[in-house]
Amino acid sequence: MYRRILACATAALALSFAVPGASNAQDPIKFGMVAHLSGPLAGGEAVTHLPNVQLWAEEVNAKGGLMVGGERRPIEVVQYDDKTNPAEHIKAVQRLATQDEVDFMIAPYGTGFNIAAAPIYAKHKYPMVAVTAITDEIHELTAKFPNMFFTLGSTTGFVEGATRTLEKLRSDGVIGNKVAMVNVADAFGIELADVAREKFASAGFEIVYDKSYPLGTPDLSPVVKGAKAAAPDAFVAWSYPPDTFALTEQAIIEDLDVKAFYTAVATAFPAYAGKFGGAIEGNLGAGGVNPETSAMKAYRKRHQDVTGKAPDFWASATYYSALQVLQQAIEGADTTDRAAVTEYIKNNAFDTVIGTIEFDAHNNSERYWSVGQWRNGKFVAVADTGMGDSVAPVAKKGWK
Amino acid sequence: MKTSAKPAGVLVLLIAASCVPFIADGYWLSIAVTIVMYTALSTSWALFSGPTHLIALSTGAFYGVGGYLVATGMSDFGASFWTMAALAPLAALLLAGAIGVATLRLSGVYFVIFTLGLAEMIRNLVSWVQNNFLGSRGLYVLTELEERHIYWMLLAVTAAIFLFGWRLGRSRMGFALRILGNDEEVARHVGIDTARTKILLFMSTGFFAALVGAIVAPRYYYIEPNVVFSPELSFLVVIMALLGGTRHLWGPLLGVVPFTLLWETVSATFPNATTMMLGVAFLAIVYLIPDGITGLAAKLKPRRLS
Amino acid sequence: MDVLISGLLLGGAYALVAMGLNLQYGVARIMNLANGEVLVLGGLAAFWGFVSFGVSPIVSLLIVGPLAFIGSWVIYAFLLRPLVKRARNRGQLEVDTILATFGMSFFLVGLMVSLQAEYFTYSFLAVPVSVLGTTVAANRLVAALLAAAIGTALYLWLNRSRAGMAVRAVAVSPQSAGLVGINVARISALAFALGGTVTALGGSLISTFVTLDASAGVIFTMKALIIVIMGGVGDIRGSIVAALILGLVETAVATVVDPGLTLVAAYAIFLAVLLFRPQGLFGRRSA
Repeated sequence: MYRRILACATAALALSFAVPGASNAQDPIKFGMVAHLSGPLAGGEAVTHLPNVQLWAEEVNAKGGLMVGGERRPIEVVQYDDKTNPAEHIKAVQRLATQDEVDFMIAPYGTGFNIAAAPIYAKHKYPMVAVTAITDEIHELTAKFPNMFFTLGSTTGFVEGATRTLEKLRSDGVIGNKVAMVNVADAFGIELADVAREKFASAGFEIVYDKSYPLGTPDLSPVVKGAKAAAPDAFVAWSYPPDTFALTEQAIIEDLDVKAFYTAVATAFPAYAGKFGGAIEGNLGAGGVNPETSAMKAYRKRHQDVTGKAPDFWASATYYSALQVLQQAIEGADTTDRAAVTEYIKNNAFDTVIGTIEFDAHNNSERYWSVGQWRNGKFVAVADTGMGDSVAPVAKKGWK
Repeated sequence: MKTSAKPAGVLVLLIAASCVPFIADGYWLSIAVTIVMYTALSTSWALFSGPTHLIALSTGAFYGVGGYLVATGMSDFGASFWTMAALAPLAALLLAGAIGVATLRLSGVYFVIFTLGLAEMIRNLVSWVQNNFLGSRGLYVLTELEERHIYWMLLAVTAAIFLFGWRLGRSRMGFALRILGNDEEVARHVGIDTARTKILLFMSTGFFAALVGAIVAPRYYYIEPNVVFSPELSFLVVIMALLGGTRHLWGPLLGVVPFTLLWETVSATFPNATTMMLGVAFLAIVYLIPDGITGLAAKLKPRRLS
Repeated sequence: MDVLISGLLLGGAYALVAMGLNLQYGVARIMNLANGEVLVLGGLAAFWGFVSFGVSPIVSLLIVGPLAFIGSWVIYAFLLRPLVKRARNRGQLEVDTILATFGMSFFLVGLMVSLQAEYFTYSFLAVPVSVLGTTVAANRLVAALLAAAIGTALYLWLNRSRAGMAVRAVAVSPQSAGLVGINVARISALAFALGGTVTALGGSLISTFVTLDASAGVIFTMKALIIVIMGGVGDIRGSIVAALILGLVETAVATVVDPGLTLVAAYAIFLAVLLFRPQGLFGRRSA
């Protein structure tokens, strides 16, 4: 804990003053970032975004900076806190664009915030490589904001991943047709559940329990008891971090013995494994990575070494990859001219820790992992779109 | 406290304010939007809570109703923004009326917490309805409106609230309100229908808060119930109004402007400790400006007003 | 039976959330909007002790309690007492304390964010226990039992001891209490500090089964306010009864009707209580 606090403090220092050592050499390239340092999304931001920005900034500056116009220019991250408030977010982005006049922006955490900030990015021609923005409106949004890019997939993509995983388990004879489904009654949870009702039904699954619960429910035992009473073969929860933890704990307590147990956001967090240890072996969840590629292994090691903690097994690597895209596009276009960099992103392929990222005509990268499964302390992808390297899902064997 | 109306001066101020989008860059315009938004909310809040001394924490509820109805109307029913922006405040008006009738018997802190609980209840209820009956694929508010259009609409609403407040101050009802504010018993004895007066004012507060919520919705493009039904917003509106003072129509304005600027300075100066330093700033306000800004102004200039 | 037992356990947790605020608001007249943050701070301490030093949250209560008492006393003496002194009437004090404690809640959130920005999640006694045929989590059971113990102790202390009597006197009327020779300032500080202690202890216990984070406080503040108001200000029994009612209603609705409506039902009950008893279940009619 002391080490963590220390790491946090150093991270904060590094972010606010961004390597004073190197900055006397060249005029730095400024990157603006509006983070949720407090408020409902702060917990996710602290796991998935902040350490990667710290890691990336340190790595780039250790090399002397970005290679632009024949010289290396260090980078500086200018960061503000919006307290997870969209009005504050808009104001802070405006401040970065017109007061600090940053050269580039780093996309925020959360679907709503990416979309709320998009018009300002568009107005000032900042390329926006969004990561933690999952929506089915990608085509409409990128038509409206042509500088906006998506990397983590669509709502439907995620549900299809989960559906395919269940179908595979069913054809393997692991589970039957009965699915108990619950969701948190807020934006993303409602969206996912809505798509899932249709996809599960057309895949021939019978939804034997289908309930929502409000955000911030303090006791989810009635939900798990209800699901258990419906005797399902699989349990699927479109959940947010606190309820992902709570549902899993209740499932252990109630001994909800299903062969497929899926929870959404935060299943991929190291803290999830930290809390439950071996009990979650075989649990399914949103995300997953291929931990076996050498790029991914090296990334996970650097992340641990520099930030003092492990990255999550989902958006962490993708977020880091989005920073790599930005970096390679700036160096590739060899300019800090934002329109040129945006054009470069549209027309080139990028080599990142999650493999090659390339955007289609709708600025969407159709390569992402959608479902992961905990196996021996790693959250391995068992379903994907365009990646092609996920492994087959297996049955969950009890909670012991 | 007669508002010595100087229509010409007010008009000049209004015209000056409506020119802001032509001179301000994006950043100052976003601050200006924040200022008019909170001015509208705090002023209409003070019209009710000033004379009745009932602190309503329901701003977030009505604001949320406004934003939410616009979003669901556009995403789930294909309605236009304008239709929904017109319908939402009317819905809030009815809702406020019903709440007003129900809460008449409550006083003091019971009313405060009642209104706070109400906001949460409405949020949970609409989320549940959304989840079970509408099943939305996300609440998008995609319009062609830009920040400056939103600013002008908010400015118009603010002007309307001031006009409403000014007319109210000179009407029979305003007179009744002043008596009611001083002593409810007396008001009842001289034949004022205190209940009706309170409910009507509460309805106006709900109407304006929902209207503001509806107008602001296109600014966020994507509406999440837990973001628009924000309890923090309810508190901030109260704090700004109290900081300015609720005895004058323009009191809240005097709270909103310095508060917004202070907030901005703190966020820009302490990017890594914004929340903590805002806390310190609040405490400083409480201890250093005990009677709000109008109180401070009155102390500096005794005799001018009264 | 399931509903009854789970409901009572949840009610016990709610009692932990609300009893402290009742003391602070009922006696010391401080409407403490930072109540939830103090609770989360208690949770953070338990989490920290468990994760960094392997100390059981039950053991860390012994450290959290005294620290919270001293901390709350200091806050009252230096930050809130001046407001009490300068207030001309109850309304003025209410406004001032709302503003001041709102500021404090921001400060505490900022403090906690700098200590631990991620979720405070750990596993403690997350094992099933069978109570009268119903499976419940051991950590919830422990929390509810301790809530019952704390509630009983507070009740006995308030009604059987001299100091408790003074506290009740101040709750009824600070002016009259002063006239009969009670040191109102001291008793108020005591009540405030005790309230903070109960809240922080509650936070430590709740963190064993609810995943908290630095910004989670506002949810608990709202719940606590609602329970205190529903039970009636200044009566510890009221808070406990209201907490149990909420726990039972939420669990019953989640089980029988629809989990999506639990909070709606809880607020509906709260609103209904106020409509029929505007002063709360155990409240005195104010003059």
